Amino acid sequence: MNRAILFTDARLVCPERGEREGELLVVDGVIADGPAPADALRVDCRGRVLAPALIDIGVARIDRAAARAGGIVRVAPMPDQVPVLDEPGAVQRLALIGRPDLWIHPIAAATRGLAGADLAEMAICLSAGARAVGTGRGWIADSGVMHRVLSYARDLDVTVITHAEDGGLTRGAVASEGETASRLGLPAAPAVAEALAIARDLMLAEETGARLHLRAVTTAAGFALVRAAKARGVRVTCGITPAHLLLSDNAMSDFRTFAHLSPPLRSETDRHAALAALADGTIDLLCSGHDPRGPEEKRLPFADASPGAADAAALLALALGLARDGRVSLPRLFALLARAPAALLGLDTGALLPGLPGDVILLDPDAPWRIDADTLPGKAGNTPFDGLPVQGKLLRMWKGGRELV
Amino acid sequence: MTQSDHRPGTLIPGGAVFPHRHLTGIEGLEPHEITFLLDEAETWVEANRTRAAPDRRLSGFTQINAFFENSTRTLLSFEIAGKRLGADVVNMHAAQSSVKKGETLIDTAQTLNAMRADVIVIRHMSSGAVRLIADKVDCPVLNAGDGRHEHPTQALLDALTIRRRLGGIAHKRVVICGDLLHSRVARSNILALTALAAEVRVCAPSTLMPPAIERFGVTAFSDFDRAMEGADVVMMLRLQTERMAGGYVPSSREYHLRYGLTLERLAKHAPGALIMHPGPMNRGVEIDSAVADHVEQSAITEQVQMGVAVRMACLDVLTRRARGVKGWA
Repeated sequence: MNRAILFTDARLVCPERGEREGELLVVDGVIADGPAPADALRVDCRGRVLAPALIDIGVARIDRAAARAGGIVRVAPMPDQVPVLDEPGAVQRLALIGRPDLWIHPIAAATRGLAGADLAEMAICLSAGARAVGTGRGWIADSGVMHRVLSYARDLDVTVITHAEDGGLTRGAVASEGETASRLGLPAAPAVAEALAIARDLMLAEETGARLHLRAVTTAAGFALVRAAKARGVRVTCGITPAHLLLSDNAMSDFRTFAHLSPPLRSETDRHAALAALADGTIDLLCSGHDPRGPEEKRLPFADASPGAADAAALLALALGLARDGRVSLPRLFALLARAPAALLGLDTGALLPGLPGDVILLDPDAPWRIDADTLPGKAGNTPFDGLPVQGKLLRMWKGGRELV
Repeated sequence: MTQSDHRPGTLIPGGAVFPHRHLTGIEGLEPHEITFLLDEAETWVEANRTRAAPDRRLSGFTQINAFFENSTRTLLSFEIAGKRLGADVVNMHAAQSSVKKGETLIDTAQTLNAMRADVIVIRHMSSGAVRLIADKVDCPVLNAGDGRHEHPTQALLDALTIRRRLGGIAHKRVVICGDLLHSRVARSNILALTALAAEVRVCAPSTLMPPAIERFGVTAFSDFDRAMEGADVVMMLRLQTERMAGGYVPSSREYHLRYGLTLERLAKHAPGALIMHPGPMNRGVEIDSAVADHVEQSAITEQVQMGVAVRMACLDVLTRRARGVKGWA
């Protein structure tokens, strides 16, 4: 392996430095300044985009093939694994199995067994490789417990990642209330379930001074709360998946279980609020919510099917569509996909700055392809975007200056 | 439409007048297709009354009634309908069968398919389950109720009852009252009656009203007396016993106070209205016995009678392609 790589004739897209044409030097796996050594391996980018590789927060499963296809070099798996990530052995094992190609930064359970009752051993799990703590795909119903979780996490300066849906309202529900759910006869919860949970978690975060990350905010009322809290100086960030930006609840028509998600798809009004929140900076990061589910979990009546979508492999292309539509600039897009998720995990990466890891992707933002559930790389093809034509193809990728093939 | 309109080889399977392979719901049916099924059912009403010459047009055909949820009257109605047409009717009570042993719905569907059923009638507790099975089998599938989604033959038999009693459906004011949230009967009825240009009013406490119901083209009420004003038809829905205990309404007697159909209420707000109920009734809860048994106005037993005719019509129409009926094959 060459010690140094010089990317030439690149369209460099950096969340910190913006977009420019030029060269990028990586020496010993780290982005470097200054003149390239004479023996540097030269990679001619032919004017294509060179950008930071993606970091995907909150995946349900480790799926190397999907991550590789999606230009993702780091993932943060949810704590609701089997076994639950509430003890150091499980955390450490997961933190090590992906290297060198895929770096895994587990989100440890905030409460023991994710039962929402007793504090989990957060500090021990952090020392074993966890980079955040979370509530998984459930909600901590007891406000007293949530208060203690946030207080304790503040001491450790670790972000608490929550799933914000009031469990009382969403019990038994598989959809968001609206015309589609009513027509299909699906048990549904009012969308306000999200804002209710966000309001409580925000107040507790403000009270304790803890860092709070809302895994997916999907409703207009939810964004309004987050926007106001940020203005007050509350240490809150929030994420969203492409599905909630690009689809509304009518994607569930014909009982399409690939559109059975958690949180569920919302109304068109909420979707537009999400696009506005993306544009005004209320949304901090984009994640795939990658949750591959095979036919045994999806080829069932809608309410009996497991929620979740396998969108890691298509995350980049779907996100590039947002830039093409003028919703965000390319540098901001890679802040959403790399820089912000890195910051959440306390990692200094996700930008093309000297001294940062040489985790970069080379892509053709215009190359067309069609998302196909049957051929999408990964453990399963349960994507609500099956059949959608998209643009943007990953050409090559490097992790720490080493090309992944 | 006459046969001469069709060029050979251009016919859609199932005939141009009813181009559907399955009957999974009222949604997706055009008004004229609903009317066609009602007209077909009409002929069976007379045949069932006279029982003159038995019609064995489904002779040699196997009809499987796969009921994943307990049912007495709908199952019986489908069984009688099939047998009157000469079909070999097999009942599969899946509620206590291999499904309990963990077999998936798709596997069950493929098993039924491998047994070469000619028509499958399905009831299931999950919305959308019937559509899922219909995609996996080679024969026509009839939805006998899926979760809270649809119960199309019930809506057809209700429409037929109204049409026969009132001479038509268009512009008639129909009030549907009860647990609309959990009711597939209500959904199918709303779709069928609005398609046939009735004025549909729905009435329920807000805890039992589906969200965005006005998007179905109906007017929603929580006050039963106001909803009933000037009604031509009052259709009561069954309130499930488990929902009376405080989860959705405080008690059955409070429900009766606000939503029970009594003779006084009927006389005051809709004196001549036709009274309907899909059954089974909770007498004294949603409907008083004096109303249910009203000699002139109650159509409840007639609904049951229409049920057999409607199901015979559906079984006949959906199997025409397989039977090679001229213009359908």
